[in-house]
Amino acid sequence: MAFDLNMNVLIVDDYKTMLRIIRNLLKQLGIENVDEATDGGTALMKLRERNYGLVISDWNMEPMTGLQLLKEVRADHKLKQIPFIMITAESKTENVVAAKEAGVTNYIVKPFNAATLKQKLTAIWGNF
Amino acid sequence: MSKATKETALKRTLETLDTSTLASTADIAAVVEAVMKSLSGDVSLTEFKLYQELQKLADYIQSAKREIAAIRPDEIRATHIPMATDELDAVVGATAEATGVILDSAESLEKVAGTVPAEAGEEIRNIATRIYEACNFQDVTGQRITKVVRALKHIEEKIDALLHAFGDGVKAPAASAAVPAPSAPVSGDDSHLLHGPQLPQEANKQDDIDAILANLK
Repeated sequence: MAFDLNMNVLIVDDYKTMLRIIRNLLKQLGIENVDEATDGGTALMKLRERNYGLVISDWNMEPMTGLQLLKEVRADHKLKQIPFIMITAESKTENVVAAKEAGVTNYIVKPFNAATLKQKLTAIWGNF
Repeated sequence: MSKATKETALKRTLETLDTSTLASTADIAAVVEAVMKSLSGDVSLTEFKLYQELQKLADYIQSAKREIAAIRPDEIRATHIPMATDELDAVVGATAEATGVILDSAESLEKVAGTVPAEAGEEIRNIATRIYEACNFQDVTGQRITKVVRALKHIEEKIDALLHAFGDGVKAPAASAAVPAPSAPVSGDDSHLLHGPQLPQEANKQDDIDAILANLK
């Protein structure tokens, strides 16, 4: 998938500070069309209302977790092709395996840096 | 009393020794007294030893109860644990507020970057990036503190069970005050995967995770 500057990106995290950090880092990479959601349910609603080229989501949220959101996205024929990056403090191997089995595109462990974020985006879109 | 009758009476009495039914020292004494009554008439050596064991058990329970009362579990439940959770909540609130101010400053820096020569602007943007990266700490520490609060809640539940088992003798009058509970753990079919941040020596690093993902492809 090629990068398009007009592409909408949805970031999902229940910590507003993290949403702000991710938004700022994306902005530095030239990605400005960023929407936010603070839980999986709201994210799913937004995904069904608007076209998104990428979802970046936390795992540990209530009531719908990031993993449940991922499964919902992959089960929806209109959404299942959207690249999905999990950014989470859950670093256990079983978590990575569960996310992979659910269809995650990439996985970033918190705390992360801008270079890691760019690297994972490049893996999806190529150089941008 | 025949031996069979005495054994039946003993068995019935011993069944009441379930610790969950022993609400007070008086209960323990009543059980011991009931056993003694069942032993009227000929008391065999075995029965006498059984009585001795019961007496030791009663003494042990009373001693344990005195020791538990001395450490005031009611105070731990009513005062110390709520105070600890309040303090931890305050830590989360304060760090969130401070992080907000830091992010405000970093965003202001980025705006300034556009008004200065390109080289200086680039350096300012790099500084802002490092500030954003560093602010990750607020989320991770918040999740760690949430884990601690849940552990405290678990301890509180155990103390509740202890207070219930030992009755009013280990409670102070104030212990009946309601204690606000921290948020319930996240439920859902992946709840067993919600560990929160690992300790640094136990956590997979980004390279480890990349390797795991690569192996799964």
